[in-house]
Amino acid sequence: MGATKQLCTFSVGEGFFGIPVERVQEVVRPQPITPVPLAPKVIRGLINLRGQILTAIDLRYRLGLGEPGDAKLLMNVVVRTDDSPVSFLVDEIGEVLDVDEDSFEAPPDTLQGEMRNLIGGAYKLEGRLLLALSTERTVSPANELRNKNRD
Amino acid sequence: MSDDLVVEFLVESNENLDLLDRELVQLEKKPGNRDTLASIFRTIHTIKGTCGFLGFTKLEAVAHVGENLLSRLRDGQLSLTPQITTALLQMVDAIRQMLRSIESGGNEGQRNDATLIQTLTSLQSGDVRSPVKSAQPLQQSETSAEAGGNGHGPGSTDGDLSERNTPEIAKCVEPPRPECPAETRPESKEEAGQDQAESSQAQQAGRSSVGEASIRVDVVLLDKLMNLVGELVLARNQILQFTNTIEDGALLAPSQRLNLITTELQEGVMKTRMQPIGNIWSKFPRTVRDVAAACGKQIRIEMEGKETELDKTIIEAIKDPLTHIVRNSADHGIETPDKRMAAGKPPEGRLLLRAYHEGGQVNIEISDDGSGLDSEKIRKKALEKGLITLEQAAQLGEREAVNLIFLPGFSTAEKVTNVSGRGVGMDVVKTNIEKIGGTVDVHSREGVGTTVKMKIPLTLAIIPALIVTSGGDRYAIPQISLLELVRLEGEDARKGIEQLQGAPVHRLRGRLLPLVYLNRELRVENGSPDATHAAAVNIVVLHADDRQFGLVVDEINDTEEIVVKPLGKQLKGIRTFAGSTIMGDGRVALILDVLGLAQSSNVVSEARTRALKEKEAELTTDRGEKQTLLLFSAADDGHMAVPLDRVGRLEEFPVSSLERAGDSLVVQYRGEILPLVFLSDALEERRKRPRHLRPANESASDRLQGIVYVHEGKRVGLIIEKILDIVDEMIQVKSPPSRFGVLYSSVVQGRVTELLDIRAILNNPSTKPGRQPRATVEA
Repeated sequence: MGATKQLCTFSVGEGFFGIPVERVQEVVRPQPITPVPLAPKVIRGLINLRGQILTAIDLRYRLGLGEPGDAKLLMNVVVRTDDSPVSFLVDEIGEVLDVDEDSFEAPPDTLQGEMRNLIGGAYKLEGRLLLALSTERTVSPANELRNKNRD
Repeated sequence: MSDDLVVEFLVESNENLDLLDRELVQLEKKPGNRDTLASIFRTIHTIKGTCGFLGFTKLEAVAHVGENLLSRLRDGQLSLTPQITTALLQMVDAIRQMLRSIESGGNEGQRNDATLIQTLTSLQSGDVRSPVKSAQPLQQSETSAEAGGNGHGPGSTDGDLSERNTPEIAKCVEPPRPECPAETRPESKEEAGQDQAESSQAQQAGRSSVGEASIRVDVVLLDKLMNLVGELVLARNQILQFTNTIEDGALLAPSQRLNLITTELQEGVMKTRMQPIGNIWSKFPRTVRDVAAACGKQIRIEMEGKETELDKTIIEAIKDPLTHIVRNSADHGIETPDKRMAAGKPPEGRLLLRAYHEGGQVNIEISDDGSGLDSEKIRKKALEKGLITLEQAAQLGEREAVNLIFLPGFSTAEKVTNVSGRGVGMDVVKTNIEKIGGTVDVHSREGVGTTVKMKIPLTLAIIPALIVTSGGDRYAIPQISLLELVRLEGEDARKGIEQLQGAPVHRLRGRLLPLVYLNRELRVENGSPDATHAAAVNIVVLHADDRQFGLVVDEINDTEEIVVKPLGKQLKGIRTFAGSTIMGDGRVALILDVLGLAQSSNVVSEARTRALKEKEAELTTDRGEKQTLLLFSAADDGHMAVPLDRVGRLEEFPVSSLERAGDSLVVQYRGEILPLVFLSDALEERRKRPRHLRPANESASDRLQGIVYVHEGKRVGLIIEKILDIVDEMIQVKSPPSRFGVLYSSVVQGRVTELLDIRAILNNPSTKPGRQPRATVEA
């Protein structure tokens, strides 16, 4: 039995994802979102979390899993970054899971697209795979993403 | 010894050293000023005394020889020479370095100051003045020293200096009483802010009272207070909004009180953070002196409005940009004395720093009377470095060209001196200024000088803003950029907006105001009625970079104090937004960056300086005829105009569409063949510039700008250099025609402008419509 790690889990579309708990500031119910015109499409807008203004990133669109969902229904996973905290909009919040480091495996080369950049690997849980999401890479949009929708 | 004591000593000494820098440079200008000398002496003496007490022997040794030298100066036994000033400044630097190592390592560091000490000592035995000559200054020194209450008389010139100083040292070495630091600190502060010529007696009197009435506060604490006040303002806004929705007298009264108290508290906390800009300026005389000495220049620095106050964070933020500009002006702007003489200027260059409040902002100007910027050179340089395209270069006006120096990667200095041109370019200056919501602009006239003008907000944290709605969302517009609000209703809504070649404009008191639709700029049109068809049009008149424009919004809500919060890094690239804030209902609203908006909607580019025009309009009386003129530039950059009512249309023709018909050039235009007249040809006789520099018709650009006229029943295209603007102008000053084809010259918007005689040009056989121009245009 190897070392264990605690992951905060959530689902987006069919995918089941996890972020180390220490990176997660809190999980918040759907919030009113102020859209930011001219911003890349991944950025859904700004939310007010007790006086702190957070940028909300649509994870479904960010991961290339489809068009942005209905912001009124999406949960916020507030993630700490080296800049100000950022909220990830996800479909559903899962449990905090203790995962075994031994069950971790890098993603196969056949995994393509944006997901390839953002997923560090998978934890092989019983019956399903938990994908480890890189928060840093998710919050710093690649250049092409940043420029997308500019015109 | 306690650490607190050392920290206190460091803070105090650093202030004193800054004062010394200033005073020494001042002294060099007016060597005879006894008051300054006495003050320098006092300052160095204080440093020496304190460090002796704290056991910093090396520091004390350096300060001691400096003091001895100074006392000889003060007593008139020596007169100030540049060598002495340099040595004294070196001493200040040495002390400063030691203080730094004390701060970081707790001791003076491994230094050997023997050379410096020796220099200072040997200078003491320099030219001793004859007793007759020293008699007069001695008298003065006596009075000032006594008035200053320094406790030691002027004494005779031959007295033992160290002995005479003993009582004072003893006084300082006394264990510091609690009030001791408080006593010394305000001294330096006060002196910094005061004219040195003021009597020392007044300083003495002011010192004790200020000392008791002020305390030192950690900036971190002030920052925290500011943040808390920001939160309080937000909470207040929320409560006020809530109060408005319910009719409850019991809640109303306390919430109004809360409102008032919050406002006062906010003002109070903001005031604690205000500092005079003189605090950073005070370092510049030294900077300029060093640059001048290194480059063999003579530079006089003048300051106006150094008491102008700004928030501490802003002071910090503009310190480096200001230093850079001042260095630049001294190094590159002001010429060497012989060059200046050759240009008919006084050998001594002048550097003027000005600061003043205007419309809730602080304007800072740094002007020199140096050689000015060479806009052609800048244009060429920018082209060479690939910062702009050939086409852009050709389209740039004088002012825009000069402002190219703010582009990243730009530096015109031919040789990089050790003073400037070391990577911190003007682009960094601009970025830093814009980061705090300010603007920076450069005006220059070749041979006359350069002025860098900055507009800086007073404070960053809490600003008054106008809240507007567009596309269903609210946006905050900083009040600072707001000029007025215009609402067009009913008939006016339809008629008030006109199209000028596709660009919407509104006639505001007879002047054309370019309009920008916020919906369109933000691309949030989502079905909201197009303003041209709406029942009412709301125009927010804003100014950015000296230009005015009207922002058309769906709704104008209210003004509110908003707390500015920065945007996350994912959104920093969007220039249209300056930040975000939380509204009374808890929702987030974006703050518009008016300058960014103006830039992205092309409002800010070369047009007329409206302010200038307004000033002129004020001066204009009812005499003279009012005309609407089309302004354009001719091949030689001169301004020309024609009455707009004679103009058929304005057109652009691609060079590739030009065709030859016989020996003339024509274009196909609306199913007709349009003959072209090149104005540069019609007016050739005065064109001085060689063709290859600015070819006729601007072959650099692949489009020609033309005015379509109806002449004797036929359309004719008059090709000009560049259309500038359309203006309503009272024609007052008229001078006789300067050349063929010109009716008269007049002053339009501050520039001499030639009014064209279109009839004469089109009738002249040599420029008969369609005749091929002498400049070859590749068709």
